[in-house]
Amino acid sequence: MLILRYSIYRFITMLATLVVVSALVFFIMNLPPGDYLSNLIAELRATGQADGISKVEFLRVEYSLDQPLWKQYLIWMGFWPGPHGFSGIIQGDFGWSFEFDRPVAEIVGGALWLTVLVNVAAVLFVYLVALPLGVLAAAKSKTWVDYTSAFVGYLGLATPNFLLALILFYYGHKYLNLPIGGLMAPEFEGQPMSPEKIKSVLLHLIIPTFVIGTSGAAAMMQRLRANLLDELSKPYVDTARAKGVPPVKAILKYPFRVSLNPFVADIGNLLPSLVSGSVLVSVVLGLQTIGPALLTALKSQDQFLAGFILLFVAALTLVGTMISDVLLVLLDPRIRFGGRGK
Amino acid sequence: MNAETTPLLQVNDLSIGFGDQPPIITDVNFSIDRGETLALVGESGSGKTITCRSLLRVLPRSAVIHSGTAVFNPKASAPVDLFSLSEKELRDVRGDRISMIFQEPMHSLSPLHRIGHQVAEVLTLHRGHSRASAKVKVIEKFRRVGFVDPERAFAAYPFELSGGMRQRAMIAMAMIARPELLIADEPTTALDVTTQAQVLELIKGLQEETGMAVIFVTHDLGVVANIADEVCVLRKGRVMESGPTDIVIGAPAHGYTKKLLAAAPAIPHSAEPSAARPVVDPILQLEGINKTFVSRAGTFFGKNREVQAVKNVSLTVERGKTFAIVGESGSGKSTVANIALGATQADAGGAIRYWATKGALPVDVAHLDTSERRAFQREAQMVFQDPFSSLSPRMQIIDILTEPLRIHGIGTRKEQKERAAELLEKVGLDKNMLRRFPHAFSGGQRQRLSIARALALNPSLLVCDEPTSALDLSVQMQVLELLEEIRDDFGLSYLFISHDLAVVARIADEVAVMRQGQIVEQAAPDVLFTAPRHPYTKALIAACLEADVSQKINLQTVALGAGDPHTWPEAYAMQGSSLPPLVETEPGHLVRVNP
Repeated sequence: MLILRYSIYRFITMLATLVVVSALVFFIMNLPPGDYLSNLIAELRATGQADGISKVEFLRVEYSLDQPLWKQYLIWMGFWPGPHGFSGIIQGDFGWSFEFDRPVAEIVGGALWLTVLVNVAAVLFVYLVALPLGVLAAAKSKTWVDYTSAFVGYLGLATPNFLLALILFYYGHKYLNLPIGGLMAPEFEGQPMSPEKIKSVLLHLIIPTFVIGTSGAAAMMQRLRANLLDELSKPYVDTARAKGVPPVKAILKYPFRVSLNPFVADIGNLLPSLVSGSVLVSVVLGLQTIGPALLTALKSQDQFLAGFILLFVAALTLVGTMISDVLLVLLDPRIRFGGRGK
Repeated sequence: MNAETTPLLQVNDLSIGFGDQPPIITDVNFSIDRGETLALVGESGSGKTITCRSLLRVLPRSAVIHSGTAVFNPKASAPVDLFSLSEKELRDVRGDRISMIFQEPMHSLSPLHRIGHQVAEVLTLHRGHSRASAKVKVIEKFRRVGFVDPERAFAAYPFELSGGMRQRAMIAMAMIARPELLIADEPTTALDVTTQAQVLELIKGLQEETGMAVIFVTHDLGVVANIADEVCVLRKGRVMESGPTDIVIGAPAHGYTKKLLAAAPAIPHSAEPSAARPVVDPILQLEGINKTFVSRAGTFFGKNREVQAVKNVSLTVERGKTFAIVGESGSGKSTVANIALGATQADAGGAIRYWATKGALPVDVAHLDTSERRAFQREAQMVFQDPFSSLSPRMQIIDILTEPLRIHGIGTRKEQKERAAELLEKVGLDKNMLRRFPHAFSGGQRQRLSIARALALNPSLLVCDEPTSALDLSVQMQVLELLEEIRDDFGLSYLFISHDLAVVARIADEVAVMRQGQIVEQAAPDVLFTAPRHPYTKALIAACLEADVSQKINLQTVALGAGDPHTWPEAYAMQGSSLPPLVETEPGHLVRVNP
C-alpha cells in the first residue's frame, strides 16, 4: 500500500520534472542565433534560388517558427493550439525534421526501440558482470582473484570504446564469425518481426553490448568491491558469523544486501551516460540507434528532431531514477519506514 | 573425565598475533565452570576482546592463533578443543552451544532485516526449525527479555528500537538456542547507566534460569564488582591477576589492579554540604532556552514531526568555575552545549548572554554580528567527545594547532609555530610531536591535542561535550586532571557535559541533571550526590556501579529505572502533560517539585 502510494507520488513528480526538462531543452536549443529555416533562407538567397524561399516561408508558418519563443514551446509540447489545433508531443505529433524532410516520428520510430534494446542489454550486462565479480573481489580481497579482476577492470575502463569496438569486430568476425556493423542483417531491415530477425538482432547485439557496457561494468565492480569491503568490517557481519551462518550466506544475506543500495540508486544515472556515451560507438558500429540522428540534428540545428531525441533521453533517465527510487524503498526498510514512529 | 567436575571451558597457553608480528596475546590461561560468571577486565589494547573472540574464531582476518587449547566440555557430547575444530564443525558450536553479544547494539544487527528473522535464523540454522515454529519460540524469548509487544518487535527493524532494546534483541538472539556459554563483549558500555543495570539484570536472570556460564568482557570495574564470580585482569595480552572477585577487587595483590581500582571514579558518599553562594561574576547565562527539532516527512503525504529537545532551560556558568550538565542519551544535554556556543540556533524567546570580562556589558550569543561572532569564537571553544573523529587524519599536529590562529589571523608563521609548541607542552605532550599525524597518538593523547587546539586562541570558556567518555579509566583520570589544572592556571570556565555522574562529581562546582530536555534538579555536587531530592536523580545515582565488592547494588531494583514520571512520588508527579516547576527548596538547590 505504502509502495503504491509512493510510486504514484514519484510518478507525478517525474511528470513535473519532465515538463521542466522539456522547457530547458527547448530554450537551450534556441540559444544559438538563427534556426534551420533562417539558415536555409540565407543560403537560398545567396545562391539566387528565390523560388525555394516561398516553400520555406510556408514551413515557417506551418511550424509556428514565426511565433514568439514561449509560444513555440507551448505549441511544440501541445499545450497551445498551433495552425492545426492542438498537435504537439503530448498528442503524439513529434514535429518535422527539416534536415531529412520527413516527420520526426518516421525517422526515430524504428531507432527508438533499438536504442532502448541496446541500452537495456548494456545495463543488464553491467549488472550481470559487475555484481558477481565485485563480490568475489571483495570476499577474496588482496588475493590474486582481487588483483586480476582489478587489472581487467582498469583495462576495460581505460580502453576507448570505439577502439574496443574495432578490435572486437575484427576478432569476433575472424574467430566466432560474428556479424560486423548494424543491428540486424540488411535483409531484415524494414521487415516485420520474425524468429529469424530476432536471432539476427541478438547476434548483432553481442559486440555492441560488450563495448558499451565494459567501462560501466569495470567502474561498478570497483565500487561494489569498495562498498562491500566497508560493510564486511561492520559488527553485524561478526554477529552473523558468531551465530553460525555459513560464510557464503553470511556475505550474500547481510553485507551484500546493504552494499547494493548505491547500485540500485545508480540505475537512473547509468542510462543517460550509456545513451550519450554510445553515440560515438553507434556511429563507429553503424548501429541504427538514435545516437547518430541526434548528432546530425544538433549540427544542423534541426530543432524538432534534436528536441525530441533529447526529451526522449531525459524521459529515459527520469524513468530510470523513478525505478531505482521505488526499488530502494522496496529494498531498504530504513527508507521505507524512516518516518514511522517508534 | 567427569563432566560435572571439569570446568566448562579451560583455556591454556593462548597466544595470538597479527601476521608475523610479535604476539599480542601471550600465554593466557583461564577457566570457567558451569553457571559461573568470569570477567575479563582490561583497558583498550589489553587484548580482552581478541581473547574472547578467539574462542569462536570471530577474529580479524590477519589474526592468527599461534598456540593454545580451549577445551570446551558440553553436557551432551565429549570435550572438544575449540581451536582444533574445523571451520565447519565450529559453525555448529557458534550460536548453539556458545553464543556472543557484542558491544555496539547500534551496529550489531543487520539494518535491513527484521529483528525477529535475524533471531529466528539461529533456530533454522541449528535446530532445523521451520520459519513458523521458530517464530513462536522467538516471540516467547522476546517476551522473556522484556519486549512489551513481542509480536511487534518481531516485525521491527533495528533502527526502530533504542540502544537498550537492540541489546535485548541481541541477548534474545544469543539465548534462543539455550547455549551453555555466553560471551558478552562489553555489552553495556554503549548504554546509559539505568539501561546498563537493566541489561545486566536480564543477563543475570537468564543465567540463573538456564545455568549457563558467562564470560563478561569489560573495562568497567563497577560492573565486575557487581556481577562477576571470577576475574581475570589482562594487560597488553598477559594475565596480571586472576581469582575470585572478592579477592581481586576487594584486596588486589597486583600493582596494576590496584592502579585500575584507584583510577575508577566514584561518587562521594558523604561530604559536608558547603553553603550556597550567589553567582556574582557570571560568564555565560542561558535563560528560558527552548529548542524544537522538526523531522521532515519523506513525501508530502507524511506529516512533519516535532521533537522538543530542550524545554525552558536556564543556567548560569560562573567565571572560573565548572558547570556540569548530566543526563542520559536523549536528555538534550549536547543540544544545550551547542546552543551555548551559538552553533545551534535556539527557538525564539529566551536569551544567551556572555560577559567577556567581569562587569562588562553582556553580548547576546544568538544575535551576533560578524565581528562580534569572531570575537566570541575566540573566547569560547569546544572540546569534543570523540578524539578519534574530531581531529583531521590528513593534517599534521602543527597544522591542527595553528589553524585557529591562521583563521583569526593571529601572529606570524613563526609565532604560530611557537604557540603550537607551547600548547603541546601545556597539555603534557612533547613539542617534537608537532610533525606527526593524529593516528600516531593514543586516545588520551588525542584528547590532549583536542584540548590544546581548543586552547590555541586563549579562550575564557570551554564547552566540553563528554570529553572523557571515549577514554580508558586511567586515561580518563589524567585528562580530568589536565582539565582541572588548566582551569586553575588560566582561569577558564567550563560548561561540562557528561553522562557519567562520577566524573561530574569530581570536576563540577555546580551540577544540573537533565531529563528529556528539562533540568529536574540542580545543586552543588556535594549536595546533589549526598542529598538528592528528585527521584530521577536518585535513580541515576543508584544505577552507578561501583568497584567495591562490599557495596553490591541490587540490580533488580535499579533496573526498574526512574525514567517514567508515573512511577514518581506524588510530589514530583506530572501536572497534566508538564513536570512541576523548578523550585529552590533550600539555598542553591533547585528541584522540580510541586510546591
